[in-house]
Amino acid sequence: MIATVISVPQLIVFIVSVVIIAIGGVGLLSARYPVHAALFLVMTLFGVAVLFIEEGAEFLAAVQVVVYAGAVVVLFLFVIMLLGVDREEITSFAGDTVRVALAGVGVALILAELFIVATGAWVTGAHAVAGKLSAGSNIGVLARSVFTTYLLPFELTAALLVIAVVGAVILSRRMSGVAQPRAHESREV
Amino acid sequence: MSIPGSWYLVVAALLFGLGAFGVLTRRNVIVMFMSVELMLNAVNLTFVTYARMLNDVGGQVAVFFVLVVAAAEVVVGLGIIVAIFRHRATVTVDDISSLKG
Repeated sequence: MIATVISVPQLIVFIVSVVIIAIGGVGLLSARYPVHAALFLVMTLFGVAVLFIEEGAEFLAAVQVVVYAGAVVVLFLFVIMLLGVDREEITSFAGDTVRVALAGVGVALILAELFIVATGAWVTGAHAVAGKLSAGSNIGVLARSVFTTYLLPFELTAALLVIAVVGAVILSRRMSGVAQPRAHESREV
Repeated sequence: MSIPGSWYLVVAALLFGLGAFGVLTRRNVIVMFMSVELMLNAVNLTFVTYARMLNDVGGQVAVFFVLVVAAAEVVVGLGIIVAIFRHRATVTVDDISSLKG
């Protein structure tokens, strides 16, 4: 019955990518080692990228794979390697049932609310000034919107990236002279 | 006909729930950080879905900016984690619960 309404290939792609997302997400939550968690994260990000393509957001899918699954996860793996690969968590879920139960209840409440919003409500109102999505190719429409309507935020992201780079350099730089005795002191306390 | 938008919204809600549960229950700061990325991705999926449902490119532009901010956030956050590790030699949140340096 569903197959008569929705085309079968799209349905298959949707189901497969949802399964991939689910396996990656649950694996990320239950992984004992941070490296495994990072690899499960890659899996989930690829699944989301496939869903992006199916929804017609080809450019964002490409950016998702390049920036997220490429750069961000490599950065995560870099830090994991820097801090020690075989570092296992003392406990992941076991031994702290109260906290896990409270978190489960909270997440279940949020999910119930989101399900009601996702399946019940319809967004109405005037169309935004950004433009129609069906006006041309995905990249063309997106570029026209970013470089005209959202030009100022786009320029501001340049400042944001510079601030992030400078901040990361300052944070990760080994402080000379001053920091060493302080670190020693705090370990003794 | 393509898949209804509400299905994507349900998937995004589930992904958001998984990420929130990870942030609340895991103890390793790096894994918590990855769970935050999961939540950001769920919201991105919601934005793209609404962009398609409303035929409005604004949603995809929002995802574009979220990607930029998330990349910057990861850089600064991992820098903070490395700095904490230098001082305390731990990445478990229970050991770094006090703000004292």
